[in-house]
Order: sequence, then structure tokens, then C-alpha cells
Amino acid sequence: MTSHIPEGIMILSSIIRKEMLHLRRDPQTLLVTVFMPVVLLLLFGFAISTEVNDVKVAVVVDTHTDRTRDICMRLQTNPYFTFVGEAPHADIDRLLRTSEADAVVVLHTDAGELSTQIVADGSNTTLAQSAQAYIRSVVSGEDAASSPIVSRVLYNPQLKSSYNFVPGILGMIFILICAIMTSVSIVSERQSGTMDLLLVSPVRPHTIILGKLIPYFLLSCVILAAMLLISYTALGLPFSAGVVNVVAISLLYIVLALSVGLLVSTLVRTEVSALIVSAIAFMIPVLMLSGMIFPVDNMPRALQWFSAIVPARWYISAMRKIMIQQLPLASVWTEVSILAGMTVLMLVLAIRKFKNSTN
Amino acid sequence: MSGCAIQVRDVSKSYGSVKALDGVSLDVRPGEMFGLIGPDGAGKSSLYRIVATLQHPDAGSVAVDGLDVASAYRQVRDIIGYMPERFSLYPYLTVRENLEFFASLFGVSVQSGYDLIAPIFSQLERFPDRRAGALSGGMKQKLALSCALIHRPRILLLDEPTTGVDAVSRSEFWDMLATLRTQGITIMVSTSYMDEARLCDRIALIHNGRILDTDTPARLVASLDERLFDASAGDMYALLSQLRGYPGVTDCYTFGATLHVVADASFDPVAATAALTARGLSCVSITPAHGDIEDLFIKLMGHES
Repeated sequence: MTSHIPEGIMILSSIIRKEMLHLRRDPQTLLVTVFMPVVLLLLFGFAISTEVNDVKVAVVVDTHTDRTRDICMRLQTNPYFTFVGEAPHADIDRLLRTSEADAVVVLHTDAGELSTQIVADGSNTTLAQSAQAYIRSVVSGEDAASSPIVSRVLYNPQLKSSYNFVPGILGMIFILICAIMTSVSIVSERQSGTMDLLLVSPVRPHTIILGKLIPYFLLSCVILAAMLLISYTALGLPFSAGVVNVVAISLLYIVLALSVGLLVSTLVRTEVSALIVSAIAFMIPVLMLSGMIFPVDNMPRALQWFSAIVPARWYISAMRKIMIQQLPLASVWTEVSILAGMTVLMLVLAIRKFKNSTN
Repeated sequence: MSGCAIQVRDVSKSYGSVKALDGVSLDVRPGEMFGLIGPDGAGKSSLYRIVATLQHPDAGSVAVDGLDVASAYRQVRDIIGYMPERFSLYPYLTVRENLEFFASLFGVSVQSGYDLIAPIFSQLERFPDRRAGALSGGMKQKLALSCALIHRPRILLLDEPTTGVDAVSRSEFWDMLATLRTQGITIMVSTSYMDEARLCDRIALIHNGRILDTDTPARLVASLDERLFDASAGDMYALLSQLRGYPGVTDCYTFGATLHVVADASFDPVAATAALTARGLSCVSITPAHGDIEDLFIKLMGHES
């Protein structure tokens, strides 16, 4: 009844089915591979945030004037501050030490002239810097007319850190998950000897490779869907028709990551080394060199060159442009061509190595 | 060239500086049960991997059913059934799923090969839905053999199929192989258990990548022409060291729970028993023994070095 289907396709579907059964019966691995990205995304999106909220601020005023009252009022109503209250001068040290306040504003009026001092708790530099900047803008707010610097931040007006992190997390997750899953699954078959049985059967090597890549490609698509859903709903990324481009480039990146996994599987002998190579060798460059955390432009020249071979750098850069800036596909032509070139190179290398290592 | 199920000619294979196979030649005749006998690390698995088309030899050639394994490997793969050293199965798949998967790789259905594996698989049929990873060693072995046979190979390559399996399963397994042989399947089986060697039609003794000898087990044992004795005493270690220096003894080695003594015509077991007892050893017993494959192996290995 299935005689009209070519045998190669039958064998391929049989290998894919086997791989799917394996995945389904290993719920721990499946749980980790699907939930880790989601948790990571939520963690970076909400909990781990470089934006500063709820700065606890206290005020020391020696003589109240209209201006000092006005400043206190503005500190109280500003959503970024939690107003601790007014305190005597002698309490500054105690307030900061006990963490009752993150910053103290000292308003000193001398002969009608207001001088302002900001004392901030520097034990958390990010908080201290942001608090100082916030307070400065609030205190000088009334002088806006005299120094009219109007700053507008485009694409991410609230400077939400999730905007910054979502492309980075996507770039990291796919290279990690895809590379680890494919390399470990291929290496474990080689270790257990079942790869030998596949190879002594009439099945062709490219059927084996496809049979390994397709299930993990499908699983990656599920992860991509979950991550995009969270990004556009819970994390509030701007949604537009450009999502088609986001998906297309992500699929290309997934294929690239799967090829990297395939290549790793031909280079290592044991499951553990596959895991370590995929996790360490890919996670560190992705974290450090992809521009996910540290801007590429700030790196020393040599590291900038090195970062050019990190696929995540190009993917993250493309994602920032089309996901956050909402630019058309034409604007990420460079990134897409580099990613496509890397994919072809990796696939050719991996398939050649795979065939060599087996025959 | 023609008439051989498997023909191995001057095959050498090195892994780095380790020479796994060194000029190996052997012929396996159609329909026979051929044993490859040797200790671990003798090169058995390397030879299997080459015959099974998984590796190329550095030198020499292998033909299966007259087909060269290097050039005609695709046809060879349809003819052979290979069972590697470990029972390589998918632990997460059930018994039935494993069987169906391996059948599908060859584009055949389980039904078409079922009569061949029925005697082996019947014991597994009671739990078709148990995962392969949860099977006992003996059951894994039977499933692995079923998977290797499902596409009706003409030549079966079994690499140490009884290693790590209990004694009952081992003897059951050899019964199954005998049944398969009556169906005309050529079997090349390797083992490091010398007692399994006599169950084969012909055997090749392999050591350090070289074939020491090839013949029927009976003729090989008959070629052991020395006088052989079984020796035991209360203190086996003292007995061993005493006998090794005893006049007329050419070799002495542990053999199971006793010692085997190879001696020339000047050796008198009665006199030796008395002499050793006089030296303080208790319960000394030296009786004539029949040599077997293991004795031959030790003799041939001695010549090697």
C-alpha cells in the first residue's frame, strides 16, 4: 500500500519517527530543552534587568524654600523613586549604611542660592549611576527652560532591558540547544554502537544526517514559537508584519546551529565532551563576543575580528534591526548573507567530516 | 576466489601506532559456523568492522560472497547481518519498535523475516512493549540477534555475542546459532570463551592481530602432542612456582581451578607428587589431562613470544 513512496523517504521517516519516540520518552531532556529557553527569557526579561526602579531616596533640607518643596514634591511623585522622607544631616551615613536609602539629596540654601549635593550608595554601581542621573534630571527639571536639552530615545523610549536582551537570548538559546541536542544525540549513537548498525544497513549517510536534523529542527521551531510568543506578549516587544522576517532569519539561524552541532559530533568521541564543547565553546563567545552584553564596537580590534566568526553576533545584530528597530529585510542584507554563507560552509564541512569519520 | 562466503587476504590495520591486524588471511566456507577465537584485544572486532564495511583495511582485501567490501560495499550490506560487540539497540524504544525500526532500514517488513527469527524472538514476545533498555543481558542479546536477522542476511557476523551474558543464555544462544546454520546461513562468530570454540565447524585462533592457526577444533586439539597433566595442591601458588622449576616441566599455567603442566618424557607424575610433598606441600595431586583449545592457545602464544 506504500509502494508508491520511494524507499529513501520511507527510511527517512522511520529514522525521524525513531528520534521523536526517543525524545518523547526522555521527558527530562525535553523539559530542559523547552523550558530552559522560556525560563531564561522570562528571567532576563523581567527579573534580571539593568534598568533601575524604586530608588529609595531621602532628602536633607536645612531651610525649606519654594524650590526645595518643589523638588521634594517631584521626588515623591516620580515613579522611579521611593521617597523615604526628610532626614537630619547627621543621619545621612546611617540611612545609607542600613540601606534605608540608596541615595540622599542634600539641599542647602545659602542666601537664596540653592546648592545640591547627591550622596549615593556606591556598593551597587549600576544603581548609584542611574540614581544620580535620575536625581540630577529631577532636581534640575525646573531649569529645563534655561538648558533645553530634549533627549528622545528611539525604538525603545523607556530603555526597557528586555528589548536589549530578547535578541541576545534568542541568539544564545538556539546555538546552545541545537548544537547540544544534535551533537549529543549523534555521539551517543556512535558510543552505543547503533550508529554502526545504521551504517552497515543500506541507508545512505545523508539520510542518517537528515533523520537526525529534521526532528531537532522541528523541536527548535516549537521553542522559537514559544519564545516569540512570550516576547510579543509578556515582554511587550513591538509586533508588526516584520515578524515574518524575524521567523525567516531565525529558521536560517536554527539550521546553522544544527549544522554546528553536526560538525561537533564528528569532532568529539563522547557524549560528555560533546556537551562540554557545545556548552563552553559556544556559550562563552556568544555571551562575551556576540554583542549580547558588551557592544562589539567597544572591543579591542582583535576581538572585534574574532567576533565576526561568532554566528550569534550577526543573528543578534539582525534581530535588533528587524525586531526592535522594525527595519525592512533589506537593511539586514549583510547579516543574512553572512549567516547563509556560514550555514552552507558548516553543512558542507559537517557532511564531509561525517562521511569521512564513518567510511 | 569463488566458493568462499568470506575471504580475507593479507589484511592489516593500524590505529595510530597500535597494529590491530597484521597480515590476516582466512576463508569462511558457505554454510559453516566459523569461530574467531582469541583474547580481548586480539583484533577480532577490527576484523569484524572491516568485513562489515565499516572500515577500510590499510592493506589487503576482503570479499563477501565474491563481492569486494571496498568497492561493492552497498551490495555487501544487503547480504550481511552484523551484531557488534555490545548489544546495540535503542534503549528508549520497545522490543517491537526496535525490531520494526531495523526491518525498515532494509525496506522489509517484520512479517517477511519473522519465520527466521521466530525461535529466537518467541521468548521476547511475552513483553513486546518493554523498553530494550529494561531487558536483561540475555534478552538484549536475543533481541539484537533478531534485529540482525530480520532482513534475512546470508552471512551473519557476530562479534562476541556471548560476552556479559549468563551461562544459561550462553548455551541457549549457541543452540540458536546451530538452528540458524541448518537454514543455510553462514555464521562468523567471535568469542574469548575457549569452551565455545568446540561448538564451531572450524576456528581460527587470533592473537595480537595475527592468525595463529585455522582448522576444525578436533584437529587443532589433536595437534597438541605434548604430555599434559592436571595438578593441584593446598597452596596453589607455591605449587605453581615449584612446578615451573621442576625437571622435565616445559610449562605450567593456571587452568580454571587447577594447574596444567606440560612436560616431556622424563617427567614422572608419581615421583613429582612425592618430591613436592616432601618439600612441604599438602594434598598434591598430579593426574594426566586432555588438552583443549586453551592449552593449544597458550602453546601457540608461547611460540609467538
